[in-house]
Amino acid sequence: MIAFVIRRLLQAVLVMLAVGFVGFSLFAYVGDPVSIMLGQDYTQEARQRLIQDLGLDQPFFIQYARFIAGAAQGEFGISYRLARPVAELLLERLPATLELSLCAAVLALAAGVPLGVYCGLNRDGWLARLLLSVSLIGVSLPTFLIGILLILFFSVILGWLPSFGRGDVVQLGGWSTGFLTPTGLRALILPSITLALFQLTLIMRLVRSEMLEVLRTDYIKFARARGLRNRAINFGHALKNTLVPVITITGLQLGGIIAFAIVTETVFQWPGMGFLFIQSVQAADVPVMAAYLMLIAFFFVLINLVVDLLYYLVDPRLRIDKGAAGGHGGH
Amino acid sequence: MTQNLLEVENLRVEFPTRRGTLVAVDDVSFSIAPGEVLGVVGESGAGKSLTGAAIIGLLEPPGRVAGGEIRLGGQRIDNLPYEKMRRIRGKEIGAIFQDPLTSLNPLYTIGRQLTETILTHLEVSEAEARDRAIKLLQEVGIPAAERRIDHYPHQFSGGMRQRVVIALALCANPRLIVADEPTTALDVSIQAQIITLLKRLCRDHGAAVMLVTHDMGVIAETADRVAVMYAGRIAEIGPVRDVIKRAKHPYTEGLMGSIPKLGGDEAKLAQIDGSMPRLTAIPKGCAFNPRCPKAFDRCRAERPDPIAVGDTKVACWLYDDAHKAAAE
Amino acid sequence: MAMDIVRRALDSDIFYSFRRSPVVVVAALVTVVFFAGAIFAPWIAPQNPFDLRQLNLMDASLPPVWLPDGMPEYPLGTDTQGRDVLSTILFGSRVSLLVGFLSVVFAMVLGVGLGLVAGYMGGTVDAIIMRIADVQLSFPAILIALLIDGVARIVIPREMHHEIALYVLILAIGFSGWVQYARTVRGSCLVEKSKEYVQAARVIGRHPAAIMFQHVLPNVMGPVLVIATIHLALAIITEATLSFLGVGVPPTEPSLGTLIRIGNNFLFSGEWWITVFPGAALVIMVLAVNLLGDWLRDALNPKLR
Repeated sequence: MIAFVIRRLLQAVLVMLAVGFVGFSLFAYVGDPVSIMLGQDYTQEARQRLIQDLGLDQPFFIQYARFIAGAAQGEFGISYRLARPVAELLLERLPATLELSLCAAVLALAAGVPLGVYCGLNRDGWLARLLLSVSLIGVSLPTFLIGILLILFFSVILGWLPSFGRGDVVQLGGWSTGFLTPTGLRALILPSITLALFQLTLIMRLVRSEMLEVLRTDYIKFARARGLRNRAINFGHALKNTLVPVITITGLQLGGIIAFAIVTETVFQWPGMGFLFIQSVQAADVPVMAAYLMLIAFFFVLINLVVDLLYYLVDPRLRIDKGAAGGHGGH
Repeated sequence: MTQNLLEVENLRVEFPTRRGTLVAVDDVSFSIAPGEVLGVVGESGAGKSLTGAAIIGLLEPPGRVAGGEIRLGGQRIDNLPYEKMRRIRGKEIGAIFQDPLTSLNPLYTIGRQLTETILTHLEVSEAEARDRAIKLLQEVGIPAAERRIDHYPHQFSGGMRQRVVIALALCANPRLIVADEPTTALDVSIQAQIITLLKRLCRDHGAAVMLVTHDMGVIAETADRVAVMYAGRIAEIGPVRDVIKRAKHPYTEGLMGSIPKLGGDEAKLAQIDGSMPRLTAIPKGCAFNPRCPKAFDRCRAERPDPIAVGDTKVACWLYDDAHKAAAE
Repeated sequence: MAMDIVRRALDSDIFYSFRRSPVVVVAALVTVVFFAGAIFAPWIAPQNPFDLRQLNLMDASLPPVWLPDGMPEYPLGTDTQGRDVLSTILFGSRVSLLVGFLSVVFAMVLGVGLGLVAGYMGGTVDAIIMRIADVQLSFPAILIALLIDGVARIVIPREMHHEIALYVLILAIGFSGWVQYARTVRGSCLVEKSKEYVQAARVIGRHPAAIMFQHVLPNVMGPVLVIATIHLALAIITEATLSFLGVGVPPTEPSLGTLIRIGNNFLFSGEWWITVFPGAALVIMVLAVNLLGDWLRDALNPKLR
């Protein structure tokens, strides 16, 4: 168990270093930070001094190490566009993105998994077939279009829900939350649905196909031959085995939610990190891009780590070392 | 004469496909007496596994029972609603499948799988179910059963897992066990152990067995009677000694000829030319006629029904009175 | 001979399952219509929306023909600059399909190539390629495409943007999708590699790689085709998303995504048709391709039926 966790952690660190390398390359080589920071008029000495200050005259690996060390302490430099520390900018917007992603993830899972199970168990029923057809439309609807259509219907035509922003937020020790005000909650509805819908359909289709796969296995057939109740077979044996692959892919989908938050935040002008990122890409604000990349990668690695641990808890084949269990009856 | 435990009458299993309906089991009749071991042999695709699946009511769609009757202890079971049939499965009829590696749910301990089966069918407490599970594991020869009951399937070897599967089939003391190729997936060295175990346990528990296999050796060792299937029909059915020693159907003769005998002095093994027809192309008349060395005109025109010859029934025109009279 | 092939094709299981499902037939028709519309847009579109001489500001912001004020020359209405929405959709699909198609081809070539190399070479090369694939797979394709595209925009001098933005986009989307091809091909390679004929090839003096690829490629054709179809739908969505975010194709060559972004600005002033029709076109196109992909996967994999 401990060996497993350590191996996983080491892999996570390696991935972060690799992403850090990409981030650093962006930072150091894309778009000449020195001239951008100096502006139009500068002397040669000022340029030299800045290069020294930034450590750009150091060998590559020293620079890389410094970048990583800085990143580990939340030090990502100054935004070209907004002339403020990048870490500060991201931290300000982090709560907005996380609250949105959380709502979307809960929605996608809470609806996607039961619907998938239902469709898997009643594969030939009319409702399951209808859901499957509808889900294909869901997969074919780009996130931004879902947002636009929701805005058109609920904001423009019906005028029920706000079409942009977070509403009123409450500061809780540096964390701005929209969960505590009526306007904040109302503002969450459309973006959450927008962000969740695509993932919801994917999760539903995935759970369904895994369920069908599991229902075809010999141990399910054998469970039927043992005369177990359908309930025990479907929701015990089949569901538990379905969960193993579903956990992995759901983890990936959660990563997808964070990425597609960029799109949703742009549609709804949601003051989160994704909106900041898009503005940075359009303005070539490299430090923000690099920092955002690192932060997102960190989240992904974290999610993957949690997924691996869950996997470990669900599947005894990983949990118990085959050799240690011993007692292979060889007689 | 005691009443038969299982009676299968004119069973017909069909698979609708887009090129017409395939008849995978055609007009099959046999019976099994309480405590009797009936071996069912045949090549793959002969319909023997489907017959077993039809009896436990688990034919995979689109396959379906299209005709005939299956009776267990006099009660018809082929047309029961799902829930009623479920109560019979595991309780009255136990099943053993081919591959022990895939028959057990990898995520549950074997103890959990045993107790849930026991609790489903018997009115006992959880503690009693666990005791019964441990006793069953001891019976099937799992060492240190008290400890191993909490292990997961992947912690057992293939032979051990098949023992667990047998324990699972015996959980509720069924009157009949349908064993579909129970040893095919196992090492040759373990096959004999499992067969001996299965035979002993069924005798101890008074369960009859329908043993589906393509291994004539297993049949010879285990079965009381044997049914030989060919292309969805029974070619010959009778006491095991008669069928093996005095095979009547030319197909059975061929099958027996292809088993090497210890100490036998035949210089070479006989073999049957050609192969079994596919279900889409079963020839007119007797299905075996294109491969049969003794086929004559009638075999190519009319399908033979089983004809009683002593204790054996054989579906072959050679044993028809008209033919015998002509031959004499 | 040719007749024979045609007859066999018409009798095949795949064609059977095709005819059996009216939805799939419709999806195929829709796809063909979109492809045809995209290819022949310059000839069949009522108007060239990018030829300023053909635009008439007097006709700006007209609703679709069935609403009051609608004009029969503009069946789906016009945008704020007097462009015929139907024509912009035809031209927009052209860009969307071009980018989608080319990025799928790029991803397929890259993925199949790397998969063959990884599967054949094994060892360190295999480990490196598959590790990269694993890491990339844990990041959503859209993010990778966004990143590549964003970096390219900074690196490339501003003057050149318009000319090569399209190709950068194709490479970015293509690069974000190679992993699935590589995994499938590698898997098939590993299976074939262990077979004896590959070993035997060495004995008769043929390069084992050559004979292996001859066997691997036909085997993976089916799965690769399925992946490519579903990937085409995804690539079109990705392109639309990037264009919607304003980092995709240049505004001089608008794709459906660009059209939706532009139209989005007029949502509140009531000119919904400028957004909704390109959006509908996008969804119908992607849905049709997805349906085809879904059907193809089931048809080539009878186990799932």
